[in-house]
Amino acid sequence: MIGPMDKLTPEQVKNIAKLAKLELNDIEVKKFGKQLSETISYVDKLNEIDTSNIDPTNQVSGLKNVFREDIIKPSLDLSDVISPGNHTTGGYFKVKLILNKNK
Amino acid sequence: MKLNQLSIIEVQKGLRRRVFSSLDLVNSCIQRINQVEPKIKSFVTLCDKEALESAKKADQLLKDGSREDKPFLGIPFSVKDNFCTKGIKTTASANILKDYVPPYSATVINKLLEAGAIIMGKTNMDAWAHGSSTETSDFFTTHNPWDISKLPGGSSGGSAASIAADEVIASVGSETAGSIRQPSSWCGTVGLKPTYGRVSRYGIIAMGSSVDSPGPITKTVSDAALVLNIIAGNDGLDATASPKKVADYLRNINKPIKNLKIGYSEKYFQVAEKEVAQKVRVSLKIFEKLGAQIKEIKLFDPQYAIAVYTILQRSEVSSNLGRYDGIRYGLDRTHFGEEAKRRIMLGTYCLSAGYYDAYYLKALKVRTIICRDFERAFSEVDLIVGPTSPSTALPLGSSKNHPMFGEVADVLVEPSTIAGLPGLNINCGFSNGGLPIGMQIIGPQFAEKLVLNAGYLFEQSTPDLKIKPKI
Repeated sequence: MIGPMDKLTPEQVKNIAKLAKLELNDIEVKKFGKQLSETISYVDKLNEIDTSNIDPTNQVSGLKNVFREDIIKPSLDLSDVISPGNHTTGGYFKVKLILNKNK
Repeated sequence: MKLNQLSIIEVQKGLRRRVFSSLDLVNSCIQRINQVEPKIKSFVTLCDKEALESAKKADQLLKDGSREDKPFLGIPFSVKDNFCTKGIKTTASANILKDYVPPYSATVINKLLEAGAIIMGKTNMDAWAHGSSTETSDFFTTHNPWDISKLPGGSSGGSAASIAADEVIASVGSETAGSIRQPSSWCGTVGLKPTYGRVSRYGIIAMGSSVDSPGPITKTVSDAALVLNIIAGNDGLDATASPKKVADYLRNINKPIKNLKIGYSEKYFQVAEKEVAQKVRVSLKIFEKLGAQIKEIKLFDPQYAIAVYTILQRSEVSSNLGRYDGIRYGLDRTHFGEEAKRRIMLGTYCLSAGYYDAYYLKALKVRTIICRDFERAFSEVDLIVGPTSPSTALPLGSSKNHPMFGEVADVLVEPSTIAGLPGLNINCGFSNGGLPIGMQIIGPQFAEKLVLNAGYLFEQSTPDLKIKPKI
């Protein structure tokens, strides 16, 4: 674990980027390392507050177990679903090769 | 007054009495847009052609009668570009989505269209709604109509600017923490962030799912009530949308507020610039004249809300933006802008193994304390009034290289956001430099009616504030 005021190391920044599937260049690693460390020191302010007997609040709607009937409805049209921004071929989404990649 | 300057209520009267047509109205807006857009840049996408077609159809329907079932028939709206609009590009001002055309519309959009509204265009925002300046848009910066060297605020900056500059009659934006109220404060518009769950989030590009709240940005408080009447309610498509009955927010909006208890916290005033704090204090006096009892209350230090919000928002962002893999929606992850990357990184960190308890869980617990603090406050008072933003509109460039710019700019709206409370921004004066100063009225959950009621009476007592920017 990293202590509250410690700076994130470049390795840690790279690891976070990997988890988030982001590619960072060296300048970004340095910049984000500094900025993230600053932000983390700021949010460490919360340690001043005693929360030992407090339950977490995930959401404030007060609703629980919201269900609905499972009704079959017509699907969207293929021509509507595929946006001009999509890479498609013959009505299918085109994806990058993920197997047999020499990595 | 030109047609584009009118409020919804004024337009409704004019259309019903056939003083002007929807086509006249849309043309007037297009003319205004053409005149001011080069300077303001509120819009990412304009739909002139479609709007003119819709206006002609609306005029046909209006000929047949007043169409009570379609209260917004023929009325031009602008829409923040994170609301999915079927067949109209929806980018969230982000490069990744620059060519994205959604196959369906958000519930809010469907409701507006069913009510007869005409979409004039999609407004600029901070990319993915990550910010409070609209200058982190991946496309361009929107300028404040009151002073084009200033920011409009954000993230719904394009929507607020389009209303302040009278480019359209009304707008819808969305707020996670401040994104409706803060740009409304800086642009001098009325902005209502409803209770979390009052308006469906379905079809809005998700940012902080446990806090996102769509709402109106309008010229008057009555208009905000009218828009809320249309967009509020459960749609069965957002499990967090409340099944609670939707009130008629316009009915009795002029009810006297005699003996209403309004609270204020010195902590909120201390954070604000002198000029801002002073105008809001004068506003409290106006409420007193209206018969309200003003009472100082203690509220949890808003500075802690910054930390809670930062953790929750970044964490939810990192999860929500996980879906942008370059396959289903536009470009791949190398096209994220700097702000998005920074937020995804922090969120990923806060949620990662070993840090979840220290950050995310801790923030959720402090959130409980903030919710309880407001519950206690609302056992003493009916409403809370304070400054919306610590400052008036800041100069262009202010958000650059400040990783927490938004959080600091939104310190006074974050606590109520975290607790899911409704809040209304209303203009309460101008700075010496001629920039609008915003005041917010916060109520308990689902107290929109009371919040709008108090806002309406304040607005009616301050007619001298109803001035337009010179642009």
